[in-house]
Amino acid sequence: MPELIDLAERIAADARPGEQVEAYVGWQRDTDVRVYDGDVESLSAAESAGVGIRVVVGGRQGFAYVGDLDEPHAREALAEARDNATFATVDDHAGLAHPDGVTPADLQLWAPGADTWPTPDKIALALDLDRAARAGDPRIRQVVSADYGDALSEAAIATSTGIRATTRRTTCYVSADVVAGTGDETQTGVGYSVGRDPSDLDVAVAARDAVERATRLLGATKPKSTTLTVVLDPRVTATLLAILSGALSGEEAAKGRSMFAGRLGEQVGAGLLTLVDDPTDPRAFGAARVDAEGLACRRTVLVDGGRLTGFLYDTYSARLAGAASTGSAVRAGFKSGPGVGARALSLTPGHLDRDAVLRTVGDGLLVQDISGVHSGVSAVSGDFSVGADGLLVRDGAIAEPVREMTIASTLQRMLQAVVAVGNDVEWLPGNAAGMTVAIADVAMSGA
Amino acid sequence: MASSATMLVEPDVVEATLARALARGGEFAEVFVEDRRSTAISLDDRRVEELSSGRDRGAGIRVVVGDTTGFAHTADLSPSGLLAAAEAASAVARSGGPGPRPVALEGRHVPSPNRVDLLPETVEKARKVALLTRADQAARAAGGAVGQVTAGYGDSRRRILVANSDGVLVEDDQVRSRLSVMCVATGDTGLHTGYDSLAHTVGFELFDRHAAEDVAAEAARRALVKLKARPAPSGVLPVVIKSGTGGILFHEACGHGLEADHIAKDASVYTGRLGDRVASPLVTLVDDGTVTDEWGTAAVDDEGRPTQRNVLIQDGVLTDYLWDHLRARKERRASSGNGRRQSYRHLPMVRMTNTYLLAGDAEPDDLVASTPRGIYVAQLGGGQVNTATGDFVFGMVEAYLIEDGRITEPLRDANLIGNGPDVLHKIDGVANDFDMCPGTCGKDGQSVPVGCGQPTLRISGVTIGGTAGA
Repeated sequence: MPELIDLAERIAADARPGEQVEAYVGWQRDTDVRVYDGDVESLSAAESAGVGIRVVVGGRQGFAYVGDLDEPHAREALAEARDNATFATVDDHAGLAHPDGVTPADLQLWAPGADTWPTPDKIALALDLDRAARAGDPRIRQVVSADYGDALSEAAIATSTGIRATTRRTTCYVSADVVAGTGDETQTGVGYSVGRDPSDLDVAVAARDAVERATRLLGATKPKSTTLTVVLDPRVTATLLAILSGALSGEEAAKGRSMFAGRLGEQVGAGLLTLVDDPTDPRAFGAARVDAEGLACRRTVLVDGGRLTGFLYDTYSARLAGAASTGSAVRAGFKSGPGVGARALSLTPGHLDRDAVLRTVGDGLLVQDISGVHSGVSAVSGDFSVGADGLLVRDGAIAEPVREMTIASTLQRMLQAVVAVGNDVEWLPGNAAGMTVAIADVAMSGA
Repeated sequence: MASSATMLVEPDVVEATLARALARGGEFAEVFVEDRRSTAISLDDRRVEELSSGRDRGAGIRVVVGDTTGFAHTADLSPSGLLAAAEAASAVARSGGPGPRPVALEGRHVPSPNRVDLLPETVEKARKVALLTRADQAARAAGGAVGQVTAGYGDSRRRILVANSDGVLVEDDQVRSRLSVMCVATGDTGLHTGYDSLAHTVGFELFDRHAAEDVAAEAARRALVKLKARPAPSGVLPVVIKSGTGGILFHEACGHGLEADHIAKDASVYTGRLGDRVASPLVTLVDDGTVTDEWGTAAVDDEGRPTQRNVLIQDGVLTDYLWDHLRARKERRASSGNGRRQSYRHLPMVRMTNTYLLAGDAEPDDLVASTPRGIYVAQLGGGQVNTATGDFVFGMVEAYLIEDGRITEPLRDANLIGNGPDVLHKIDGVANDFDMCPGTCGKDGQSVPVGCGQPTLRISGVTIGGTAGA
């Protein structure tokens, strides 16, 4: 979309002497279909676009945005960002990215023909999913929603410091939310399938996943409190990695708000832990050519054999820490400036499949879902306490389901207590891959 | 009603848009116009890091045919932009239809429960910045162990216009102001965080009524207390929850489960339970979008329905659910004013406003004194619920042990877990005090501001998700 970069360049070109200007122009088109009870409940199709502008002058930064692509509006936002900058405290580390010579990976993230996907086909996928989930098991009482969604997004970044970058991607998913029940008892499950093109989506897998997750919890009871080894489902592992990425932010570390602050080079986890953020891996949902400041995304090794080897940096935090940007600037859209974030975290997989991990563990808890992550886990203190449900593991095999309990430890202890990493890598929506991981000595609170 | 010169979109343009939206045979159509301006300032590591401001405006158009809703939105508020969106939204009506159908709108003025004395857009940016530097200094003055302070200021003005094919035409002007402070204290036991916030649906006069320094000092105190905290116990114990943030318990434990969309899909433990005893007789629960100045208050909901006070549980008996336009229409009853949406880019759905438990008769101190061993929760963080099973969690971010009827040692953060219907029956003490707190409620990917409130209360047993032996 040439007009996005043209608009960004025209705004950036307005920089006055001594001033740095960045224009981020974003555009997105979404289609969302929700099916309920065999019929379309809602269908929405919409485009949105906007411009976010950063101005840095004399070590002060200001930001402003506008929710359309009207050039006069963008110029008003530029004036507003300039005015906003005058109120910031002078910070010698403030400043925009400069081209660093790294070439973006050659990634194909835009599905050909994406702008002409027929709406009836999208509706058909959601209807198929609803039917498949309903038919998946006689104990499925409700398919609360069967959704299809896709997003076509493009962004352009231009700065007065010489950055000129464009990026575009497509994503789509199907997702089913089901309720299983027998008598008075109810359990729920969510299953999904994601891809870049509707042909990547597997409705049968999404339906089966939702149905299995709900039905296998039927009959669950509240377990007795004890300390045991937990085996994390790949989705739970991905959630945990996303939390850890907060502590691996170079900005949080430099500002003393990370449990990893000042620990570079130390052994922070078990020897079998190697953690990498690699947005150049095309399998990753969060794969990207360039970051939110227009620098090439790249592979960063964060933990190697349990040793802390690096942090993630954007331009600002890199200057703060005396390091180089790792191309890890992210942003939520045109309404905010960049911050540090991971895009494609993954542990290096081990050699065991899930069942082999269960056999290694012997007795423990297979954790299917966790809840209360935002209230119970802190990447600052490392405190970890979350609601959980899942299945007990006895003699290396899955036994009875359990619910309404918490699992608790500290992130520091959990990293040291990892006893197995599975080989069942699953790339999930979000910024991390999941695989089965076993962690010893976790407190389970129940009855 | 305000004169048409100041309306977000002219009434004749709105009427034409609705007529086009119904042209293909839609049974109901709605135009939601929003013009939102906001300012955010962040202070971090002793520096005013960034001042950010923006404007976002557009319209969302909804067309209902049978049980199907079509939705489209546009940032183009010109007559042609609105007509194009109406056309796109009406694509769900496949039957052809009678052509444009005239809609007669009747403008209505709904007075706002909130009074704004000082519009934030008229306040100099320097005064807003000064709040943060004062907060930073106050937090650091609370103790040398406070190593990091992050403070955020935010204001927003959200003007909305809602019109629909039932003839509704109404506007609202919603102004919100907030300040939040997060402190990190460093000690032998590592890093600990403390948080406090102040947020009301008012203008900048908020900061004449409340001192930024007090918010900061409270956040710092919470971080410092945790330097001496021991791990929370693991297992079931009685819990006394101080008035205020405990309202999140009711928001999670039953509020979401009373939303009519979950009820209609049999995805709530409260489906079919009207008239049943679902809680201890001490429990009377209300959702009320009219509470002056509170975070979830507005004159009308995002479907143009005036907000109201809804009693959900009376003396332990379930009396009603929460309703939006679509769910109410299907049941041939009135909406309860709970149709809300994050922005013009989102479809409305059933949401809470300000949800709170009414005060009882007990003295707060007596609830602690009559507890031999338990937990005193002074501040709760966020929570999460599965409405279909009723299982919920919520985080304690300031908590203490109760030993021999006295509040003793501080505890590290942990989640509590329970089952909504079970916990509501276990409330065995409700005090005569009351307080509210602001929050952000997420549902189906949309965030809206809500209020929560409750008196000090006791639950006879809840599972504490700590690591130490109970």
